[in-house]
Amino acid sequence: MITKRIIPCLDVKDGQVVKGINFEGLRRISSPVELAEEYSRKGADELVFYDITASAEERRLFTDILKETAANVFIPLTVGGGINTVADFDRVLKSGADKVSVNSGAIRNPALVGEAAKLYGDQCVVLSVDIKRVDGVFRVFAKGGRENTGMEAIEWIRRCTGEGAGEVVVNSIDTDGVKRGFDLEMLNAVCEAVTVPVIASGGAGCIDDFITLFKTLPKVDAGLAASIFHFGEVSIKDLKEEMVRNGIPARI
Amino acid sequence: MITIIDYGVGNLFSLTCSFKAVGADVTISSDPEDIKKADKLILPGVGAFRDAALKLRTSGLDELIKEETAKGKLLMGVCLGMQMLFDRSLEYGEHEGLGLIPGIIRPLSGQIPDKLKIPHMGWNALDIKKPHPIFKYLGEREYVYFVHSFSACDCDENIIATSEYGAPITAAVAKGNVCGCQFHPEKSGDTGLKILKAFCELKEGDLC
Repeated sequence: MITKRIIPCLDVKDGQVVKGINFEGLRRISSPVELAEEYSRKGADELVFYDITASAEERRLFTDILKETAANVFIPLTVGGGINTVADFDRVLKSGADKVSVNSGAIRNPALVGEAAKLYGDQCVVLSVDIKRVDGVFRVFAKGGRENTGMEAIEWIRRCTGEGAGEVVVNSIDTDGVKRGFDLEMLNAVCEAVTVPVIASGGAGCIDDFITLFKTLPKVDAGLAASIFHFGEVSIKDLKEEMVRNGIPARI
Repeated sequence: MITIIDYGVGNLFSLTCSFKAVGADVTISSDPEDIKKADKLILPGVGAFRDAALKLRTSGLDELIKEETAKGKLLMGVCLGMQMLFDRSLEYGEHEGLGLIPGIIRPLSGQIPDKLKIPHMGWNALDIKKPHPIFKYLGEREYVYFVHSFSACDCDENIIATSEYGAPITAAVAKGNVCGCQFHPEKSGDTGLKILKAFCELKEGDLC
């Protein structure tokens, strides 16, 4: 049976991982390539690189780092951040990305999802959505969660998967950073609406949060997190062993 | 030398890097001379079967691959490249493959329970059905990475490994000097690299 995936996410700026990461109290690692290798060794099933640079020059640096990572790390690599056109898809795919995650770019130009899916296949296009409850309704937020688009989230996700998004990352703004667990209600609503894989993001604070996620919502395919892995609060190895103990399929 | 056959299908960057990582002398080429000179061939591929088969045919590389493998040259197909080794595919119509391994590519829907998602995407365990040199460094039930919506059927005697996804799905096949992986060895971590290393160490004649 296919395993549930555990996915660390790295923010990359100016060729470095933002703030650097203290790996289990050892030394600080700022090189995205080194960190990616470390996560791969520790059992990450997939990696997300998020490009938070702005200028074209920095973007070229990011692309170089991507190439170096793909030359050294042999697990699937998803790239997000600054993906606005088919040319952006092309650039990161040629540099070693396996999947491309699109968020604000799809909100600005909803045709992007369909165009990219036709060119590169559905499995390549990951829709990432930042969602927040507003008066009890799930709304899509843009610009890193700062701007309410007014769009109803489930409808937006249905539309994009209908056009070819092959996977959905659900990032709950309501639970993000709170570290009290994933947003099970929101994730359930998405899982009931789509047939493509759903990746949970936002809210994980400890191993138990992942166990609760996969036990409560068997339709969720993967759990994504950043800081709890980066700062050693959760070790991927321990997490996966606990998953297996709980009867959740995991790659060890 | 290993030549990855470039027929304009998919991205060969990761595949090339993974062979380099196991120390192989690897080139990417569509030049018939490089394909003739190589002692091993890799047939890659992602995307739609029809487009890939058409590109292989219009480039004339289909005949060259058949000639070279008929002489005993080692060939490994990866993902769609593995599917291309078969007689035909029922992916959106019916399309002819290379016919190097008997069998048909069929949609996963119909083979697996409806509640399971398609594509079959993610890490799944290999159930080795027959010992094969490409598995020589593997332990039991190691995990490999899959992304596919179609799979090889009616090829029982050439299946060397399956993966369980509601039903046993063809994961790797071999017939004489030709073999193939439905999964992506270049994205399957150390397990994938061990398979590629074992393939690189094969010598012509090992698999006759």
